[in-house]
Amino acid sequence: MMGFRALLFKELREQIRTARLVAVSVVFIVFGILGPVTDRYMKELIDAIGAQSGGFTVQIPPPTLDGALVQITKNLSQFGIICALLLAMGSVAWEKERGTAGMILTKPASRAAFLAAKLVAISFTLGIATALGTGVAYVYTLILYPTVFPLGGYIAMAALLWWILVTFTAITLLGSTITRSAIAAAGIGLVALVVMGLVGALPVIGPYMPPSLGDPARALALGNDPGWLVGPLAFNVVLVPVLFAVTWLVFRRQEL
Amino acid sequence: MQVAQIALIVIPLALIEIGLMLFCVYDLFQEDRRVRGDSKVLWALVIFFGEGIGPLIYLFAGRDESRGAETGGVGSTSSASIAGILSSWPKLASTGELAVVTRGLAKTYGRVAALERLDLEVPSGSIFGFLGPNGAGKTTTLRLLTGLATATGGTATVAGVRIGGTGGELPRHIGYLDQDPRFYGWMRGRELLELVGQLHGLHGAELRQRVGDVLEIVGLSEAAHRRIAGYSGGMRQRLGIGQAILNRPQVLFLDEPVSSLDPEGRRDVLEIVSRLRGTATVFMSTHILNDVERVCDRVAILNLGHLVVEGPIDELLDRYAQPIYELEPEPQQPGSIERLAEAMRGQPWARDVVCTPDKVRVFVNDPKVASPAILPLVVSSGVGLVRYERARPSLEDVFLRLVAESSVATIPQLAIPVTGLDGRGRR
Repeated sequence: MMGFRALLFKELREQIRTARLVAVSVVFIVFGILGPVTDRYMKELIDAIGAQSGGFTVQIPPPTLDGALVQITKNLSQFGIICALLLAMGSVAWEKERGTAGMILTKPASRAAFLAAKLVAISFTLGIATALGTGVAYVYTLILYPTVFPLGGYIAMAALLWWILVTFTAITLLGSTITRSAIAAAGIGLVALVVMGLVGALPVIGPYMPPSLGDPARALALGNDPGWLVGPLAFNVVLVPVLFAVTWLVFRRQEL
Repeated sequence: MQVAQIALIVIPLALIEIGLMLFCVYDLFQEDRRVRGDSKVLWALVIFFGEGIGPLIYLFAGRDESRGAETGGVGSTSSASIAGILSSWPKLASTGELAVVTRGLAKTYGRVAALERLDLEVPSGSIFGFLGPNGAGKTTTLRLLTGLATATGGTATVAGVRIGGTGGELPRHIGYLDQDPRFYGWMRGRELLELVGQLHGLHGAELRQRVGDVLEIVGLSEAAHRRIAGYSGGMRQRLGIGQAILNRPQVLFLDEPVSSLDPEGRRDVLEIVSRLRGTATVFMSTHILNDVERVCDRVAILNLGHLVVEGPIDELLDRYAQPIYELEPEPQQPGSIERLAEAMRGQPWARDVVCTPDKVRVFVNDPKVASPAILPLVVSSGVGLVRYERARPSLEDVFLRLVAESSVATIPQLAIPVTGLDGRGRR
């Protein structure tokens, strides 16, 4: 891919200079802290509010490690997907609209390199943020739930969460390439999220959907059996390059 | 909850919030930082009192990376300095090859023909003016020749490379400046040129030397460390020329390179273009005809997607320029001037009479008949003159005439043979 290295450095520098790396990392750290904390103190909080307001009671299950991990994966995947959409929605559309894509692509830089540099740089930002978010969440979980759970499984959970975000980045990048509007690109990403959520509820193909990786991710963190993971994992690993190839095929013939 | 547990939650979040606030405020009050709404005080309030998410709102929505505070101007580079740098650049080999050849090049958008059967030959080393009114197809042609758009008909080669081919060979030989050059606002001028140099395979000392030379040529050495978002329109244009010439292209495509510049900027850019003669073939679209006359060797005029005429400027003037007489009346006699103009319009030798507040231009069919008849008409109209002369027709006169004629009817192509070329397009 001609020009990939130079374009990747440019994209990484852009992630830092435009404070996207900082902003996304902060979002992940905050929700990494709030995940275990919410689960640990929600019952006490609700009980305290109920006592003050004179009697209403809400049944909240007692805090457990499993509940904390549910909160962590839910928080980080939901807000992570929103961050992935925000990072990727304008990445190609804005460059086409502003003319910077034309400026770059009249230089010896292939369109594949142009797209790949963006996908890798955004994935890098999400990777750093996921590592920080899950790292903080791990420390808080250990403090609030003084039990032992396998670090390897937890890292595998973090890696699966990250890959879900990379998949949504690839989907939104495709949207950003198809359209000239960042909003439309984000819309495509959101529609994909809804469709995958619905398909994820189906019995046979459901486990293959990217958001469905959250359940085996939690099982891995708890040291439990994640079930048959090879098929869904292979599908999701292949899905990103396939999405990238489609994006490239669309972009290859586009006039700038 | 115990105090220790509350502290465990609150202290890290507070530290993150304070750190983020400080970072945002530091960023906000950078000299060349622009914000949406243009009120830094307002954004400072949002950062501090934005219910905890103020800093994130600022980072995602407040910063305006597309523009910056326009501080300072450009440095002036002497002609000698530009000439000194460009003289060290390799000259084009005088092989007689054509730099740009198009054969029946066409582009349609749906049913709209933006460009129809363009046949063009641009000699290597020339400065070629590509003229036409708005919507004539100039930018479409440039986009086809630079590979940004795909032709719907015909073929073209640039620097011997067929456009639309695979392998990415074309970008190595060309430079391109868009008519409204836009760059990454967060980058610094030097960084943009370094990126372009790296894409062209330059590294290390060679890259630094080339970037330094180009910054000197375009007069941006002093502004090289500043963010592009803070550049004025003229500085962006200069940077655009810089990125276009960084690889010492064989063919340099410039789309309206001086349209957004002040007179000084225009002079400097035309100086650079002029100095590139022999180093690169310059293919320049513009509608500022005075500039074309100053720097171009050859021109082509395009109208409604058709080539109207092409050839050396002098030949076009000789062939299509009609004699003009210019009369400059004394001030304060508007009624008399109108009577004079009407009287001249009725004469068989007058093709057209154009009145401006300070001048009357008389286009004539036959100067031998018109010359002795004009002054008696002036005298009989009672108009006092400050000046009367037979003017040299300008390229603008030729341009306006040919475009007007080609707009009325589809005229046969008035192609002037490329001097010194054989039937196969070789010298």
